[in-house]
Amino acid sequence: MNLLSLPWAELCVLLPFVGVAVVGLVRDPAIAGRWTLGISAVVFGGSIMPWVALESGISSGPYFAVDGLTAPLLPLIALLHLLTVLATARVKRNRMSFGGHLAGEGLWLGAFAAAPSAGWLLVLFLALGTLPPLIELWQRGRPIRVYALHMGTFALLLTTGWVATEAGATTFGAVLLSLAVLVRSGTATVHLWVPDLFQHASFGTALLFVAPLAGVYAALRLLIPIAPDWVLEGIGLASLATAVYAAGLAAVQDDARRFFAYLVLSHTSLVMVGLELHTAISLTGALCLWASVAVSLAGLGIILRAVEARHGRLALAGYRGLYDESPSLAVGFLLMGLGSVGFPATFGFVSAELLVDGAITADPAVAVGIVAAAALNGIAVVRAYLALFTGARHPSPLPFGITIRERIAVLAFAAIILGCGIFPQPFVSSCHSSAESLLELRARR
Amino acid sequence: MPELDYAFLDDHLTLATLGAIVVAAPALLTAVLGVFTLIDRPLSERLTAKAVSLATGTGLLAAVGVFVLMLVGDTRHVVVELGHWVHIESSAPEPHYHFAVKFVFDRLSVPFAALSLALCGIIGAFSNRYLHRERGYNRFFTLYAVFVTGMVTASLAGTIETLFLGWELVGLSSALLVGFFHDRPAPVRNALRVWIVYRVSDAALLLAAVVLHHMTGEGDLDQLTGYHEEANGTSWPFGQCILGEGQVLAVGGLLVVAAAGKSALVPFSGWLPRAMEGPTPSSAVFYGALSVHLGAFLLLRAGPVLDASPVLAGTVLVLGLVTAAFAALTGRAQTDVKSALSFASLTQVGLIVAEIGLGWRYVPLVHLLGHACLRTLQFLRAPSAIRDHHGFENALGNRLPRADALGGGWLYRYALERGYWDALLDRFVAGPLIRALCWCSRLDERCTAILAGSPRSTEGGETS
Repeated sequence: MNLLSLPWAELCVLLPFVGVAVVGLVRDPAIAGRWTLGISAVVFGGSIMPWVALESGISSGPYFAVDGLTAPLLPLIALLHLLTVLATARVKRNRMSFGGHLAGEGLWLGAFAAAPSAGWLLVLFLALGTLPPLIELWQRGRPIRVYALHMGTFALLLTTGWVATEAGATTFGAVLLSLAVLVRSGTATVHLWVPDLFQHASFGTALLFVAPLAGVYAALRLLIPIAPDWVLEGIGLASLATAVYAAGLAAVQDDARRFFAYLVLSHTSLVMVGLELHTAISLTGALCLWASVAVSLAGLGIILRAVEARHGRLALAGYRGLYDESPSLAVGFLLMGLGSVGFPATFGFVSAELLVDGAITADPAVAVGIVAAAALNGIAVVRAYLALFTGARHPSPLPFGITIRERIAVLAFAAIILGCGIFPQPFVSSCHSSAESLLELRARR
Repeated sequence: MPELDYAFLDDHLTLATLGAIVVAAPALLTAVLGVFTLIDRPLSERLTAKAVSLATGTGLLAAVGVFVLMLVGDTRHVVVELGHWVHIESSAPEPHYHFAVKFVFDRLSVPFAALSLALCGIIGAFSNRYLHRERGYNRFFTLYAVFVTGMVTASLAGTIETLFLGWELVGLSSALLVGFFHDRPAPVRNALRVWIVYRVSDAALLLAAVVLHHMTGEGDLDQLTGYHEEANGTSWPFGQCILGEGQVLAVGGLLVVAAAGKSALVPFSGWLPRAMEGPTPSSAVFYGALSVHLGAFLLLRAGPVLDASPVLAGTVLVLGLVTAAFAALTGRAQTDVKSALSFASLTQVGLIVAEIGLGWRYVPLVHLLGHACLRTLQFLRAPSAIRDHHGFENALGNRLPRADALGGGWLYRYALERGYWDALLDRFVAGPLIRALCWCSRLDERCTAILAGSPRSTEGGETS
């Protein structure tokens, strides 16, 4: 038995929960923070191993397994959690729930590592994954009704849809699953929970809950293999409308969190549009865009969170003049923001090109909608940048510059965005083979 | 066994190497300045100046080298393919996808790229002194490097995707440099306005790129315009569009919108005087000389598309003439030298576009090159010209006579308000759109409050 034969996928899921128990024993927030950081780093290292094992042709277990699609996603999820905890400001560590953070990570990894044959496990993890934000909102005495209503509906539709599908009522099940996906992706008119969550939960929790785009994953795993064309077309249409609508709203928000929430909604919907076109090119574009959006928005969110930790809630109505405090945060903000809208030399550029190219094959009107959404998102990002980082300077005696931990996080995100933007071929090839597998699966239905 | 022509191989290899250097030099400059900016350790002014002169000098020398070799070898169309950036082999019946990184050196691209590098090199040297010890010195040169890379990439692009890549880099760097003096609100507001117009232009170009890709299976500009390496007779400016009538109108129409946005043609003219909020060197090279001509360059590149459609050619002609007339009139009522120069620049751009609409190719190219050089000189001279003017007035002890060509009537007000174009766009396009979006945003908040069970404000949420 060699190292690669170990059940790495299972270990990746288990380790964060062990971490929850360990961190629960520690009273000092500083020490708990260090433990959480260490455990997250170990989980990140371990999450690469299932990918290596897959490449080496070693088979996985019956419950947790990775394939070409999920193998790169596990390290991505683990990295997002690691960098989020790394970049948490010292003043916020006292209030951060490290146990909740690790539990959330475990649930995410469980969902992404669930074997395709163990659909119930995926449904279970996706449903349970809605709990950490709910618990945090409840513990902090924040309003929970909007979030609970939407996520309760999601869990109910997901479970009944999956049960119906397993029972042979495929079309009915697909309709329920598609409704679940629409709720989880925040498609208009069931999108209100996203801005509400960002208004009331801590930024880190809200960010980690939305950045991996769980609705997209649910659609890929549960819906695309079985759904009739008209269901996918319906989702595509609703997603396209949401992408443009949310991009427009992101461009006029006066609150940084609401701006970010609508930006997430627009990007999630853009990825959904690509999925529902079900051509190899559009699906490849959607998968690439998914990864690029997850990384870019997570990076952007972490920078916003860092600025918020220094200045409190951020309004976009005036000009705050924060550039000179920390040029790195300003440059990082612009890079991540433009990366998410597909600016040249970033990860999103080729993804957006592929998506629009795939869309125009299916329907030119869809391509026009995607381009309009991307243009509006670009305007929203630059407007937010100008509102936060330009304007009259207000020199402060306090050191508000970027910290070493934040710098590491920003540079890691920047390296991924630019690295994959300049050398996109390996990732595009991987996404393309996943897209073809999905389409084969769909063709066999 | 036939003998191989190794001389041709060597020539082509030299041309390809020099061509790659033209593109790589500014890209490397961007990478170096960008990385040091990102890690918050900007290079010293001395090192930055050296890097800038080295990159622009090397790029220019390589461009001149390509030009000389093309003249010597009587080659009019050199293609440098750097391979596929992205390539997807699909199983039938799915179409293949590839994003080729391809640069074309011909009688249009070489002069324009050389002009870009020469003017940028001059402006780099000028700015090094002009911005000495300025707080935004490093920011300026990082954006400047992005701009040069974008200009060179767009000038030499052999595929529409590569052109789009350069186009976007030029747009972002231009918009951010308009807001260079970001302590004041006016430059920032103008930067956002410029960016919005550029996004419209970018969206049109992206759609054109994708439509072309979809119609021809690739975004190759040679495919679109019928230029071929082998036959000198079909290199720029001669070519034949391969698209059908409807396709020409679709792609050509999008290209015209893209060009109109980038070159500030009517109705997008409002951004050009706003762009003068930036530092004088960037105003000179970006909005007076290079960036403002990029739209005209695009139309020159897509010449065969215009030739294939009299409707499109007529539209371009009218657009150019209207812009020229509007800018000539408006420029006479401007009260500051940079705005007056920007409208003078726009007048010439309008004329260049009209010349393109008439089906001429060399005349607009020569007009463009000459105008860019003259306008750069005028912009750079403007601050000292004002000082000289004041010096004359002081020496004379009186005001110098001023031309008052428009009188004080409605024509003057029309010119002073810049044709009311911005006001019209604000009132009939931007205003209703923003009001509708704000209404939707408020609706969202009200619905959330109803779902939450109590009317509540969005203020005072969580802050960690």
